[in-house]
Amino acid sequence: MAEKKSLFKEFSKGIVIENPVLRLVLGTCPTLATTTSVRSALGMGLAASIVLVCSNIVISALRKVIPSKVRIPAYIVVIASFVTIVQMLVKAFTPELDEQLGVFLPLIVVNCIILGRAEAFAGKNPVLASAVDGLGMGIGFTAALFLMGTVREVLGAGSFLGLSIPVLSQNPMLIFILPPGGFFVFGMLMACVNRLAESRGKPRAELRGCDACPMAATCKLHNEPKPEEPQEKEATA
Amino acid sequence: MELTKGLIAILLTAILTQNFVLSKFLGICPFLGVSKKLNTAVGMSAAVIFVMALATAATYPINTFLLEKNGLGYLQTIVFILVIAALVQLVEIILKKYIPALYSALGIYLPLITTNCAVLGVVILNVDNGYGFAQSMFNSVGAGLGFMLAMVMFAGVRERMESCDIPKFMRGLPITLVAASLVSVSFLGFTGIVEHIFG
Repeated sequence: MAEKKSLFKEFSKGIVIENPVLRLVLGTCPTLATTTSVRSALGMGLAASIVLVCSNIVISALRKVIPSKVRIPAYIVVIASFVTIVQMLVKAFTPELDEQLGVFLPLIVVNCIILGRAEAFAGKNPVLASAVDGLGMGIGFTAALFLMGTVREVLGAGSFLGLSIPVLSQNPMLIFILPPGGFFVFGMLMACVNRLAESRGKPRAELRGCDACPMAATCKLHNEPKPEEPQEKEATA
Repeated sequence: MELTKGLIAILLTAILTQNFVLSKFLGICPFLGVSKKLNTAVGMSAAVIFVMALATAATYPINTFLLEKNGLGYLQTIVFILVIAALVQLVEIILKKYIPALYSALGIYLPLITTNCAVLGVVILNVDNGYGFAQSMFNSVGAGLGFMLAMVMFAGVRERMESCDIPKFMRGLPITLVAASLVSVSFLGFTGIVEHIFG
């Protein structure tokens, strides 16, 4: 029973409390770039979720085999394989989605959320928990993209999922689907989320910059103050 | 003449109208994360230009002579990310050993760049657009310069923002994003400029 409860906790934390986009501020590039319409936002969320769940499962199954020194390249290979599979599926079955997502489909490889979960969770936890964690994070990512996509499509194009909305579609505010609108909507969304978090006594989402980066552990900019870093770096080089 | 014109048009497009950060949303993490101070912003973007040019020079022959010739185009993503990761490591080791001055200036940013979507992005875009070698190089350098321009401008904006009285709920990330939105609006002004000059 206790195990079931903790599994549910792993699942639900990704959706609200540790939402990868709105709370951890990861994966900002696809969040801004693919939310010009609800359809492409959902497509991106789904594609990234599939990769996340699959790579979490494989990485967690291999966690005792992969030596810790080469773990990041190993993770990248696993993730890249799944991205290639998803890329082929999308190209074959929904070519229009492939056109909308463009370069961001192969760029799922370097999505911080996926590498971040591999490093923070899947590399240390059993298979089932990792799969559930990936699913939760994937749903959280998709939900955040859906929210952004809805705001931007309704305001910027006057439609929802391609269906036009009577009054709004007369004079859509084009700026919302242009790049500046992406930054603006994301900023406002973060302000709302921070406000909500504060009123519940939770810490606000901070821009952690390098701390959020999955490469932080191996990066010298991040570890500079530590004196023992140079020797360790030489050993890995 | 026609060729140089085309190359300069690609360069300007990559820097101004299709700015990597502000209109293509590639490399947002370092844009928001490392732009707090001007000197780190310059160092990071110099490293990005360097790696982008190197990555393009390395992946172009691999793609044309190895992958496409043998019908292995679907392996692009895996091969490119591995080549970039290996290249960054190699450059780091070589710089450390032979050009310590450059290493101390750029070295600390290099590992950050492996998983930077801007570098992989520019390489994939070069292939998608069907660019030749010279065009790819110009596009990459232009993308890097555009990245630098956006970083340096934004670092200036952020240094100003430090001394502003910002409403409490907007502090931190939200105001940074809104500021980025305004900087991005200014880049919208360049729309069509390249077509006008070269069209």
